[in-house]
Amino acid sequence: MSSIIENLYIFVLATFLGLEIIRRVSPLLHTPLMSLTNAISAISLVGSIVLLGEQANTLSTVLGAVAVFASMTNVVSGFLLTDRILKMFKKREPKQNANSPAKQ
Amino acid sequence: MPIHQLSNSLPIFTSITYLVAAVLFILSLKWLNGPSTARRGVLAGELGMAVAIAGTLVLPSIESFKWIIITLLLGTAVGVPIAVLTPMTAVPQRTALSHSFGGLAVGCVGVAEFFLWHAREPEKLTHFNVGVLCLEVLLGFLTFTGSLMAVAKLQELIPTRPMTYKGQNVINFILLGIAILLGVWLTVDPSQTALFLPFAVMAMIFGVLLILPIGGADMPTVIALLNSYAGLSASAMGFVLNNKMLIIAGTLDGASGFILSVIMCKAMNRSFTNVLFGAFGQVVAKGPDAKEQRSVRSAQAEEAAEILQSCSSVVIVPGYGMAVAQAQHKVRELYDALTKKGVDVKFGIHPVAGRMPGHMNVLLAEADIPYDQLYEMDDINPELPRTDVALIIGANDVTNPAARHDKSSPIYGMPIIDVDKASSVMVIKRSMNSGFAGIDNELYFMDKTLMLFGDAKTFVGDMVKAIAENH
Repeated sequence: MSSIIENLYIFVLATFLGLEIIRRVSPLLHTPLMSLTNAISAISLVGSIVLLGEQANTLSTVLGAVAVFASMTNVVSGFLLTDRILKMFKKREPKQNANSPAKQ
Repeated sequence: MPIHQLSNSLPIFTSITYLVAAVLFILSLKWLNGPSTARRGVLAGELGMAVAIAGTLVLPSIESFKWIIITLLLGTAVGVPIAVLTPMTAVPQRTALSHSFGGLAVGCVGVAEFFLWHAREPEKLTHFNVGVLCLEVLLGFLTFTGSLMAVAKLQELIPTRPMTYKGQNVINFILLGIAILLGVWLTVDPSQTALFLPFAVMAMIFGVLLILPIGGADMPTVIALLNSYAGLSASAMGFVLNNKMLIIAGTLDGASGFILSVIMCKAMNRSFTNVLFGAFGQVVAKGPDAKEQRSVRSAQAEEAAEILQSCSSVVIVPGYGMAVAQAQHKVRELYDALTKKGVDVKFGIHPVAGRMPGHMNVLLAEADIPYDQLYEMDDINPELPRTDVALIIGANDVTNPAARHDKSSPIYGMPIIDVDKASSVMVIKRSMNSGFAGIDNELYFMDKTLMLFGDAKTFVGDMVKAIAENH
């Protein structure tokens, strides 16, 4: 029972922390934000690995295999895609500013 | 060591890796707050994930690595091409697909866990545990099928228009009611194993029916909402497995999805219930024959280019139509050409421009448009009265002044980009057909508006050419 209460504390604190952190993310980056949080929540992978590794019975092994596959796909594609998106965000080069209108 | 003890009797090494992972995940999202630190954030996330996986693989309960390795490799083999090959226009589909996978994984673990408890640890079948497990499975499977529906709609495998029938909401509520009833029954009497699979199936059916009536215009909200569900289901899994790191990671994702869906709802001036049960786009009652023929002013590319290069400030307002026409790179050329002439070019981005939150920024960044020229709606609106030309490319409803004053308009109250306050307005549009929601845009009939009819890509290309020939 005490672990339930402990976990609820964690949940409540993480909710407040999440709301505070995410609020600060610039709308510019909302798409990479979604793919990054996606990759992070694919941490359910650890539960899936334990389930699959136990090999308790056929049902749990099959479900575990599906779960590991699905989460691993999210981990890999989530992080790689987020980075690919972020690489595209570039600042204006300063020399472009210096290019005065007079220059043809 | 059974799976439920994933946290409380963990080897100290594993516990520490989980703690480190939780810290890294939090830092990862914190660093994502701005473009300069964002990539560091991704790195932190990757590190956290690697550390947590390493800590898990050394657990003594793991009997065999064969299938773990095979499925990890399979997941990588599928994940890498998805990440590398997905075009930026298809990122919403990819995101929905990953919500679906996330929901599936969580749901599968939940089902397996329920039957494992029955088989070997009936003492775990407390009301609380089973209740949370039911929540995990409900959210997981609902997200699984609901997101697959979203993928199908975004990829246009099924019609994007809202699919409605009589009594739809009643049927949906009855289904959800049955699912909740089964869940509550299981919680009260965990020995009713026969109820569990029907419960899981109900969750999946409900996911399909929930997304069916939602139209394409609401996709940004729906994706964000499903993101939240996916996170919360992972968090519920953390409760079931008594794993605090899972709770933290899942909750962060849930909070993120929640905030994004609130932002999307506000940007469309709609409530959650309205998005989920309102079937937007049905309100188009007035037929096209009813409206009188009003005159518009139009111009060719050369004339428009002439005006653009002689003014001092331009705000470009892109909509998803720009991406559909594949015009991003031509827009970038126009940006370059005008900047060279000394024109100050900014971009005004409405929160729902694109098919998911922030999508338009990604599409413009891909075309090499510097991100410091991309302005949010609230930042660009004060600039517009001082702007010479507002150039609208492929956007419609988000620029319709009726949202501010016409109480009878379906979009009344929706925050818009105030393009009508600029000294003059140009609209690139294929024809005079009304927009996605089927609403007339009075902007087109204003005296200061110049309609530029044509395909966005061709038209912008012609303007660039005209500017280049004119130096």
